[in-house]
Amino acid sequence: MMTRTRFMRGATAVALGTTVALLGAACAGQGTGSQGDDDGSSADASTITWWHNSNTGEGKEYYDKVAADFEKDHPGTTVEVSAMAHEDMLTKLDAAFQAGDAPDVFMERGGGELADHVEAGLLKDLSEPAADTISTIEPYMSGFQVDGASYALPFSMGVVGFWYNKSLFEKAGITETPTTMDELYAAFDKLQAAGITPASVGAGDKWPAAHYWYYNVIRQCSADTLDTAVTSVDYSDPCFVKAGETLDELLATEPFNKGFLTTPAQTGATSASGLLASGKVAMELAGHWEPGVMQGLTEDGSGLGEDTGWFPYPSIDGQQGTDGAQMGGGDAWAVSKDAPDVAVDFAQYLLSDEVQQGFAELDMGLPTNPTASEKVSDPALAELLEVRDSAPEIQLYLDTLLGASVGGAMNDAIALQFAGKATPQDVVDAVQSAAEADQ
Amino acid sequence: MWRKRAEIALFVTPALALLVAFVVVPVATAVQMSLYRWKGFGPMVDFVGLRNYVSVLTNEVFTDAVVHNLVIVVGSILLQLPLGLAIALLLNRKMWGQGLLRTIIFVPYVLAEVIAGVVWFQLLQPEYGVIDTMLAAVGLHGPEQGFLGTPEYALGTVLVVLTWKYLGLAVILFLAGLQGVPDELYEAAQLDGASWWQVQRRITIPLLGPTMRTWGFLSMIGSLQLFDMVWILTGGGPANATTTMATFLVNEGTKRQNFGIAGAASVVLFVIALVLALAYQKFILSRDSKEGGR
Repeated sequence: MMTRTRFMRGATAVALGTTVALLGAACAGQGTGSQGDDDGSSADASTITWWHNSNTGEGKEYYDKVAADFEKDHPGTTVEVSAMAHEDMLTKLDAAFQAGDAPDVFMERGGGELADHVEAGLLKDLSEPAADTISTIEPYMSGFQVDGASYALPFSMGVVGFWYNKSLFEKAGITETPTTMDELYAAFDKLQAAGITPASVGAGDKWPAAHYWYYNVIRQCSADTLDTAVTSVDYSDPCFVKAGETLDELLATEPFNKGFLTTPAQTGATSASGLLASGKVAMELAGHWEPGVMQGLTEDGSGLGEDTGWFPYPSIDGQQGTDGAQMGGGDAWAVSKDAPDVAVDFAQYLLSDEVQQGFAELDMGLPTNPTASEKVSDPALAELLEVRDSAPEIQLYLDTLLGASVGGAMNDAIALQFAGKATPQDVVDAVQSAAEADQ
Repeated sequence: MWRKRAEIALFVTPALALLVAFVVVPVATAVQMSLYRWKGFGPMVDFVGLRNYVSVLTNEVFTDAVVHNLVIVVGSILLQLPLGLAIALLLNRKMWGQGLLRTIIFVPYVLAEVIAGVVWFQLLQPEYGVIDTMLAAVGLHGPEQGFLGTPEYALGTVLVVLTWKYLGLAVILFLAGLQGVPDELYEAAQLDGASWWQVQRRITIPLLGPTMRTWGFLSMIGSLQLFDMVWILTGGGPANATTTMATFLVNEGTKRQNFGIAGAASVVLFVIALVLALAYQKFILSRDSKEGGR
């Protein structure tokens, strides 16, 4: 039910399983991707097309009802809804962008990817027409703005933290969840002494491993330093290397499951989520999607059930980053450039108190509209929401922030560090050179 | 005369159209893409000349990938040729259960690559996998990170899985080639008092030459384009220890949206495959066509 933005990021691999011929064939379809021709999808101003990824059960029914309600309030307007699996939606969106045939309302994940879409002229500037809505979700807007203009309305925003097994913690004699790195290492020690593997990490998919580095950056660097580094393409501030050194410290305690370098994030019983769900490890650093993923990986569909616990990423002694800053990301509704004005109204309707409250009641995600927060029923998610809402800053996942090209190079370098084949300085150098090449 | 030409045109056009649509155009598009910086959407306008080629050819991950591909080309032939030949010779003898044995040897080849990959991935899991459990039962320990998770072992492990997967093709081709060896030769050799081993060495293997050379060609091309098995087993990792040219270009293209770099890598892969294929034709396969002409 949860919208799992990062789900399948690694697993799309399977769908790619063909030879080189595939790429050749795919290339043929891409052509020169000329933009700007109006394509039919918006020719009839009273019809809007909407793509979303709540394609099963209650979530799908709910969104169908939302579309019908909107049609009722806007006589003459038809909303054509396409609900599809998340990975299918991403593939289709890419194809639609290449063909200049994007739907009117669709999902964006913010950061560098959104900035690329803006640069290619695919998105409508919502700053003016959706100003009211933007003011209600202001704290979450930063990842969805380019040069001060807003291009998408975040409707679900989660933060990453440690999901843990309460009974395994108890067994190891851990009474308080760790709040500093030293306490985290102490917890690792206690778990290891009790014969329990402390943590799993899906380093095979790279981004789950990279989350550790991101969090260390957010702790070691101030928000200003990070901002300046990204905008001026200069990662020479020593805090970035320090973040890697903290990661080396953590890796030296050897907390992870055997074979973590090839462990996938979420697919199968021996994936990082699978190991946590089956009680083989005590914790995993993951986002708000984790309970849903674990439920899907256990036979009775309950995941860790009542043993599910959550605590935020610990702080580091002498850190320059704001205390309590969190890292996360979310999904937002964007409107394509040539869409009719009523599509903007629809996107705003999706962020209204009414729609967001229903969204929260069904645990479809973590709502951004403040009036909907209290409607979230799942206790672990409610706890996470509290941390999110009281966080002084929420930093977007660094790979999303920097875009696919730089983000991919960064994640590869961090995976090398996990394998013991790169130093903290190597990681920073890789980010620096990828960012320069991306200019 | 016109009628004959019309006939030729009629029969050639469909094949030619398919060739153009599915081979020539994609190759040309890849070449075009390799000259631009392009993220996969929007107009392709940022012309960078040969810069993508420079960045591909100076990228250590790519040059390592070329080495990995060559290791797999040579390793596959060195492992599969003797094994395949031995099994084919054994299975060519009349014996009980011959059909069943042939089927067992051939099944891995028929299995979908993704399925075989996932099965082997699970078997090779450290701690929870069957292979680790079996090793532990006899008092041995696999590497701490597992065979696929240890950079030093990963490529070798992939090579073993590939051998398991593709041995069946070598065996079936060799068996087919053995059917083409005339019985009279064996009879004549037996009359002359040749041993089983002498018959194999002096008659069977030389006559199997064309089949082996053709198989070698297929194996080489397959190894150069290797993608699926590596992608499933290791994704090119750990620490790029198993990256092939194909996994490199897919990673750059669909994951990082550097379609220009991916295009350049695919052109380099195309050129390497073409050069090796032509060299193989000229120096190895040509012997067969000459022999045929004699």
